[in-house]
Amino acid sequence: MKVARPPLPSQDKRWKIIDAKMRKLGYQPHALIETLHAVQQAFGYLDEVALLWVAKSLRVPPSKVYGVSTFYNFFTLKPQGAHTCVVCLGTACYVKRGAKILEAIEVYTKIKSGETTDDRQLSLLTVRCIGACGIAPAVVYDGNVVGRLTPEESIEKLKGYVHVA
Amino acid sequence: MLLEDLNAMAEKVKAERKPTCVRCCMSAGCMSSQSDEIKKTLEKAVADKQLGDQIEVRRVGCMGLCGQGPLVGVEPQGALFERVTPENAASIVDALAGGTTQAELGDPARPFFARQLPVVSTNSGRIDPERIEDYIEAGGYGALHQVLHEMQPAQIVESIVHSGLRGRGGGGYPTGLKWATVAKSKGERKYVICNGDEGDPGAFMDRSVLESDPHAVLEGMAIAGYAVGASHGYLYVRAEYPLAISRLQIAIRQARQHGLLGDGIFESTFNFHLEVRIGAGAFVCGEETALMASIEGRRGQPRPRPPFPAESGLWGFPTLINNVETFANIVPIIRRGADWYASLGTEKSKGTKVFALTGKIKNNGLIEVPMGITIREIIEELGGGAPDGSTIKAVQTGGPSGGCIPAELFDTPVDYDSLMKVGSIMGSGGMVVMDDTTNMVDVARFYMQFCMEESCGKCIPCRAGTVQMYNLLNKILERKATLKDLESLEDLCDMVKHTSLCGLGQTAPNPVISTLRYFRNEYLELLQPEAGENHAHANGKPAEAASPTT
Repeated sequence: MKVARPPLPSQDKRWKIIDAKMRKLGYQPHALIETLHAVQQAFGYLDEVALLWVAKSLRVPPSKVYGVSTFYNFFTLKPQGAHTCVVCLGTACYVKRGAKILEAIEVYTKIKSGETTDDRQLSLLTVRCIGACGIAPAVVYDGNVVGRLTPEESIEKLKGYVHVA
Repeated sequence: MLLEDLNAMAEKVKAERKPTCVRCCMSAGCMSSQSDEIKKTLEKAVADKQLGDQIEVRRVGCMGLCGQGPLVGVEPQGALFERVTPENAASIVDALAGGTTQAELGDPARPFFARQLPVVSTNSGRIDPERIEDYIEAGGYGALHQVLHEMQPAQIVESIVHSGLRGRGGGGYPTGLKWATVAKSKGERKYVICNGDEGDPGAFMDRSVLESDPHAVLEGMAIAGYAVGASHGYLYVRAEYPLAISRLQIAIRQARQHGLLGDGIFESTFNFHLEVRIGAGAFVCGEETALMASIEGRRGQPRPRPPFPAESGLWGFPTLINNVETFANIVPIIRRGADWYASLGTEKSKGTKVFALTGKIKNNGLIEVPMGITIREIIEELGGGAPDGSTIKAVQTGGPSGGCIPAELFDTPVDYDSLMKVGSIMGSGGMVVMDDTTNMVDVARFYMQFCMEESCGKCIPCRAGTVQMYNLLNKILERKATLKDLESLEDLCDMVKHTSLCGLGQTAPNPVISTLRYFRNEYLELLQPEAGENHAHANGKPAEAASPTT
């Protein structure tokens, strides 16, 4: 039986990549998390248009799609800044004063964990262990892990992206 | 592919080897300190000196001593360079050509390495994890061939039972028993799942195994599939481990190309297909029923057991679910025999265990030691004791589900039952060392905050109980709590432990219970006198004093 699929939300080529991912998994409802990963990778976050389109394509109720998107920490419904700074708060980083690093960065950037600067340049996030415990405390700047940091050094790395008034 | 092809491939790789091999760690820890740059520099230095026919620069996985990374090893000389930089890397090649090097030379014979017993990590730091040829040269996929052509599925299960292997994810359930149950279960399809959702903060053993020797996990899963009668498998890996995911995907592709995964493996009738599923940041997904819900594309919430996954798991079919390290133990057991494996370790905990040794300790990194070694040996000999003269106070094992073991119990042997007896658990293998600057009440609050945020919200004891326990711990740390609050905290611990649905809730009070058991004084010092009590409190500290956060 051929089931009609909803049209792509726009001409944006990224939708085709996501559609390909769903096709590969047979448009099965169990493809939901994999598809949301693809959306987030392509767009940086999950917006309403994407959530509704994925719901229709996989024939999953929008409530369930929203439920899954908000259940998992990895998914974000808000657009992220051009750069990301993820502070690890796992146990090894905690014992080595990772919290002080977060504190220093929060003071410096004037945003809290989970927020983005007004100029959309930087998003500050925290994570529960990235498995780089051997080099704790660690921070991930734009996907690159940097270890053995002091609070001062952790700010140093941000100077390129943040314009402090 | 046939056995001859496999052997021919191994021979070919051996023949192409250069006399000297410079091993450059490309695991996540060392990669973060520019080990990719270091490898490029080394390759360029070899080319510049025209030593290409003498020296091979090899990308390898974790060599263990992550705290001293980036690491570069040289074979056959057996030298190990530590904290190498892109600037001094080229001089290592100078030294091989008879010159001198500025790179820091470590001692590969130190107890950190000498006291280890590599079984799971045999290939780790030796082979290139992105080349199936390297794995095959090290004897890889030989065990899969052996089971497909020389053993009946029941014999494999018998062998795993006999080896005494217990689940390395933390629970310690006998692996053979689990395999036997799945093998006996009836279902039109069966699944094998590898649990790589290593959520315990402070643990990175599975990340390292997946990054350093991904084929060993694939081969272990394929053997498991044959033993229990499954033809499909999933590897569920956390999204926080992008390198591990990418290496697994490369490994699966290579294994498929060589006919080591897919249909008719080694010209037998056995088919085995594997897919990677990426987690999305939920600690509870380490619980097996929650993990399966996540693979099915749903919220990762656990369900009551029974039925156990062995009878009704993924999509209702019988499912074998084991941890990464458990699967990595399968190939050595098949190759060297169950008797050999059973000869390692203690009576009830066989084999070896990989631990991530981190925190306030000199040698940070991964170690693999035989079961039964004492905590003291691990901390003092392998770990080198406390850095810069501080005093080690406790070691935390088992993450948010485990407990803190105080220094006076460091002679406890490391096995499932002994750790349980002292109020902790083996867990997946995180060992976080804490010194006298660490406040144990704050540690308990740290873990409780973790469990509170990671509680999936399905059952009330865990959802509401963790919040209340967190608030009470906060109150104690703010010096606003009385003995009554401590009593409520203990009551809550008991209630949450006994009434929660899954392991997350049942073990969430453990860090509080164990710190109360061994460091009760630290709690009592923070308590205030009861209202109406007119005698001065033992400590008499004013209520407005700042909380001692570490």
